[in-house]
Amino acid sequence: MTYPLVSFKNVTKNFGKMNAVTNLNFEIDKGEFLAIMGPSGCGKTTTLRMLAGLENPSSGEIRFNNRLMNNVKPHERDTPLVWQSLALFPFLNVQENVEFGLKMRGVSSKTRQKKSLEWLEKLEVRELAKRDISTLSGGQKQRVALARSLVMEPEILLLDEPLSALDAHLVIRMQAVLTQLQKELGITFVYVTHSQSEAFAMANRVIIMNVGEISQIGKPKDIYRSPANQFVAEFVGRNNILSGKVYDIKSKIAFIKTNSGNYNFEIIDKNIELGHTLNYIISADLMNFSLVKPKNSNIVNCKLISEEYIGSMVTLFLESVDGTEFKIQMQEREYSKLNIQNGEKYWLSWSKKNVHTLKKD
Amino acid sequence: MTKDKFYNLILKFYLFFIFVFIFTPIAFSIIFSFNSQRFPTIPLGNFSIEWYIKIFNDAEIWQAAINSVVVSSITCLIATFLGFCTAYSDYRYRFKFKGIYLALVLLPPTIPLIILALAMLAWLSKIGMSGQLWSIICAHSVLTAPFAMAIIRLRLNQMDPDLEAASWNLGGSEWDTMRNVILPYCRPAIISSLCLTAAVSFDEFAISWFVSGLNKTVPVIILEIVQGNIDPQVNAIGTFVFFTSITLVITAQIFFLTWQMKGKK
Repeated sequence: MTYPLVSFKNVTKNFGKMNAVTNLNFEIDKGEFLAIMGPSGCGKTTTLRMLAGLENPSSGEIRFNNRLMNNVKPHERDTPLVWQSLALFPFLNVQENVEFGLKMRGVSSKTRQKKSLEWLEKLEVRELAKRDISTLSGGQKQRVALARSLVMEPEILLLDEPLSALDAHLVIRMQAVLTQLQKELGITFVYVTHSQSEAFAMANRVIIMNVGEISQIGKPKDIYRSPANQFVAEFVGRNNILSGKVYDIKSKIAFIKTNSGNYNFEIIDKNIELGHTLNYIISADLMNFSLVKPKNSNIVNCKLISEEYIGSMVTLFLESVDGTEFKIQMQEREYSKLNIQNGEKYWLSWSKKNVHTLKKD
Repeated sequence: MTKDKFYNLILKFYLFFIFVFIFTPIAFSIIFSFNSQRFPTIPLGNFSIEWYIKIFNDAEIWQAAINSVVVSSITCLIATFLGFCTAYSDYRYRFKFKGIYLALVLLPPTIPLIILALAMLAWLSKIGMSGQLWSIICAHSVLTAPFAMAIIRLRLNQMDPDLEAASWNLGGSEWDTMRNVILPYCRPAIISSLCLTAAVSFDEFAISWFVSGLNKTVPVIILEIVQGNIDPQVNAIGTFVFFTSITLVITAQIFFLTWQMKGKK
C-alpha cells in the first residue's frame, strides 16, 4: 500500500483557550505544489508550523509516509522551512548560512563546502558566498534562504509567505524561480500565503482556510470558477454575488428573483428546486459591457462609479438602480476604445452558462 | 533656534563641569604619583617614579594585586555564566512567578553594600567559608551577576525569535543551537559583560574588606595604607587601579555600542 507523503487527520490546535485550527483533514502528495491561503489569523501559519514540528497538535494525527509525527522534535524531521523573516544567521556569512544544516547533520566540511556552493550556483548567487548577510539586498537574501533550506535535499519544503517582503517586480521573478525549482527537483512544496496571485500562479492545488478551518481544497481553476461557499467566493477573485429566490424552473433553466432584477441560469449537476434561496455568482471577468441595451435575458443597467487598473486589466465598479454594486473586468486596450465616463449609465450582461450558484442555509 | 542653541550650550557646560568634578581628583592623584615630594602640595617637586619602585618592591602589595586579579577574573566568569543562564531562561520560557524571579535576580545591587557585606560575612563564617579568596569570589559573583544578566538580556531581546527555531528546523538539537546560534549571537554582550563584571569586582571595597580576612585585595590595601599615614604610594597604586578599570569599562562599552549600532541598521 502506498501512503500519501503527508496526512492530517482531525488535527486541532489550541493555544490556551484560543482555537488556532480545528479539525483539519487533508493529504499532501509527493511532488505537488500546494498553497495554503487565507486571511491573516486563519491558521495557515500554525498548520505549517505543525508540519515543521514547531507546534504539536492538541489532538488528531499528522503522518509522514504513514509514520506518526505528532511528538517528533523539529530537529529530528526533514522539513526545512523558508521563514517569512528569512531568519538568516547574522553572525555567519552567506556560505556558512547555507552550510549550517549540513553541519548540524555532521556532514564533513569538504562536502559541506561543495554542496553549499552548488546550491548557491543554482540560485545564481554564488558570487555572494563570502559576503556578510547584512550587505545583501532583499532578493539576494531570499535566494540565500532558499539555498539554505534546499541544500538539505528534503522531500518536502515549507515556505511561509517568503515573498511578502519583496518588491512587486521581484515577486514575479521569484515566483518563476520557485515554480522552475519545484518542477526541476520534484520536491513537494507547501506554500503559505495570503496572496491569491502567488497561490494561483504557482500551486497545483490550493487549500483555502478561514478562522481555523478548511473552506475549500481544489485546483486553482476550480476554486476560482466554482467557489464552495460564500467565504471563498468573496475571498477569491472579483465576484459579483447576488442573492435571491428561485421562482421558476423550465427544462434545466432556473429563474431567480434578486433585488436588482430577475435573472436565469443553467442547472448543472445541482439539485435546485423552487423556493430555494441562492447566492448567484458571476465572475467579474465573465461579464459583458455594452453601451446599448443588449438582447440578453441577464442584463442590468448601471451607473459607472470608478475604475481600477492592474497591469493590462481594468476593473470597473458600477451601481445598479437599487444600489447593488457590480464589478466587471476587461482588457485596458478594449476599455480605452469605448470612451466611457464616470456617472454615465451602461449595460452589463452575462450568459446563463457562466453563473455559479451556492445554496444558502 | 537660538534659544535651543543657548540651552544646548548650558547643557554642554554642565556636562563639562561634571567631568571636571569627577576626573580632577583622579588626574591629581596621577600627577602626584609622579611627584618626588612626600606631601601632595603645590608647587610640585621633581618628576620621579620613586613610588612606583616602592610598590613594585612591596611583597604585600604584589600579593594584593594577584588576589585582585584572581578574584575579578574568576568572578567575571561565574557572574557572566549565571547572568547568561538567567537571561536565557527569561528569554526562552514563560512560567508562573516570572516577575518575582526576575526581581529576585536583580535584587543584589539594590541592597546597600555595607549590609550585603555584613550579611555575607555572617553567612560565610557560619558555614566556615569566610576569610578565603573564595569567599570574596562568591560574594562578588552575587553582586555582579545581575549586571551580566541585564547586558545579555538586552542582546537576547534584539534576537529574531525565528533564529533559534530556524536552527532546530535545520537539524540542530537544543544544545547545538545553544552553541551555534545563541552563544555566537550573544558574543559581544558576553565579552561586554565579562569586562564590566571584572571591573566592578576589581574596584569593590566594602564586601572585600568584610569577607577577605587576611587575603587583602587592592582596594583593601589602599585603605590600610591611607589609615596608617599619608603615603604617596597610594597615588601610584590608584593610578594602576584606575587604568585597569577604565580599560575594562571602555572595552565593555566598545562591544556594547558596536552591537547597538548594528542592531539599529
